[in-house]
Amino acid sequence: MKQIHVNNITEAVKNSCLEANYRLPSDVMNALETAAASEPFKPAAGILNRIVENHHLAAKGVYPICQDTGIVFVLVELGQEVHIEGGSLEEAINEGVRQGYGQGFLRKSVVGDPIQRVNTGDNTPAAIQWRVVPGDQLRVVIAPKGFGSENMSRLKMLKPSDGLQGVEDFILETVELAGSNPCPPIVIGVGIGGTFDLVAGLAKRALMRPLDEAHHDPYYQALEASLLEKVNATGIGPQGFGGKTTALAVRIEAYPTHIAGLPVAVNINCHAARHVEFTL
Amino acid sequence: MMEKTENIQKDIRITAPLSREQALELKAGDSVLISGVIYTARDAAHKRMVETLDQGGDLPFDVRDAIVYYVGPSPARPGNVIGSAGPTTSGRMDAYAPRLLDLGLRGMIGKGARNQGVIDAIVRNEAVYFAAIGGGAAVIADSIKSMEVIAFEELGAEAVRRLEVVDLPAIVAIDSTGANYYDIGRRAYLAERDGAAGDVTDAAGAGEGDEV
Repeated sequence: MKQIHVNNITEAVKNSCLEANYRLPSDVMNALETAAASEPFKPAAGILNRIVENHHLAAKGVYPICQDTGIVFVLVELGQEVHIEGGSLEEAINEGVRQGYGQGFLRKSVVGDPIQRVNTGDNTPAAIQWRVVPGDQLRVVIAPKGFGSENMSRLKMLKPSDGLQGVEDFILETVELAGSNPCPPIVIGVGIGGTFDLVAGLAKRALMRPLDEAHHDPYYQALEASLLEKVNATGIGPQGFGGKTTALAVRIEAYPTHIAGLPVAVNINCHAARHVEFTL
Repeated sequence: MMEKTENIQKDIRITAPLSREQALELKAGDSVLISGVIYTARDAAHKRMVETLDQGGDLPFDVRDAIVYYVGPSPARPGNVIGSAGPTTSGRMDAYAPRLLDLGLRGMIGKGARNQGVIDAIVRNEAVYFAAIGGGAAVIADSIKSMEVIAFEELGAEAVRRLEVVDLPAIVAIDSTGANYYDIGRRAYLAERDGAAGDVTDAAGAGEGDEV
């Protein structure tokens, strides 16, 4: 059994929060630069170039990529052979967020109660998705999530008879309703199947897959590509001012579901698709 | 790529407070550089301001000809004026904006579409809605030269701030006639794309998106 001390986890979470908010990962930068170079509509290409310029400026480490440094989504994949020592894993993660957001001059965007709305002052707690997996490693993905895009996300319990067409219609309807709001070009995370609670988590987890990593299943790989083409035929474009590049990618995660159901969730991310991962 | 003469659009320099005359000259799609004094307010500050008005109180700044920027900046590093300061989604302020426009607010800076109530209030009051690039926060921060919290300090990032800006880049999204660049820009792209697709032989060499 492998021992991991909570202090090491806190340190890694803190560093990941700093890294994620100042330096956009290369998969997203490459996608943006490719989109800027191939965008046929001149005003849209101009906007994409300004977005790329912004992200290069942020990488200098003075100004975060976006003022909305998000609520911190954390995907934890805990190997079942791992023993966490020295305290609570959840508290270690929140302490890392607390330190990172303090030291990094990052905005504190979390309120302690959704109705009474008093800011917690340190950007905790994080929004954590827990998974227990085989092995003796702890893998953690840190993804600060802005709410301009989060607010545009939707979930629907479709009927089996709605089929693939129903899923596609719901995704495209969600993109259309989101329009200019979620800071396009967007990344679209789609969850299909599972249960009401599971499907939203699938959509979020779909967003964690790097943009240069293809789906392992050829069926979904093809579906992601055809959906991206349909999304980019809408003409919404960068910032909603028209253009080809409405989305950089569509990511899908599917899961078995009940004979009576077809849950689908669409989680939208902005072009600042921040994600950093570490393994201990 | 098709050969096309570069349409270099010159940025229009405007000053804040924004006069009615300046507002009337701006057209949807214009690129502008805003200099002068503007005020920040987002969700919680708008709620407070409207509550203050309901109780017969005054707004924390002179709203006449003012420009309000929907932003909650990240904290300033020592020696810096402000942190990142890009626009937040304007639609969440649609419930409050007409009230301020009817009191003389001349401009708003944010991102994303507005509802019909806001567009009507823009036209009624000869105002302008500007869009800054969402997620262009670091670039925008560079154009902010001074910052002072003037109200609701306890709201942190959501407090009302007085900003002095020089050449803050934005696009006229909805002009004083109600022309809406979110519709105009998208239609222009689709017309260009579909026009190009109709022009089969010409578009064949374009490579990108010639098969729609």
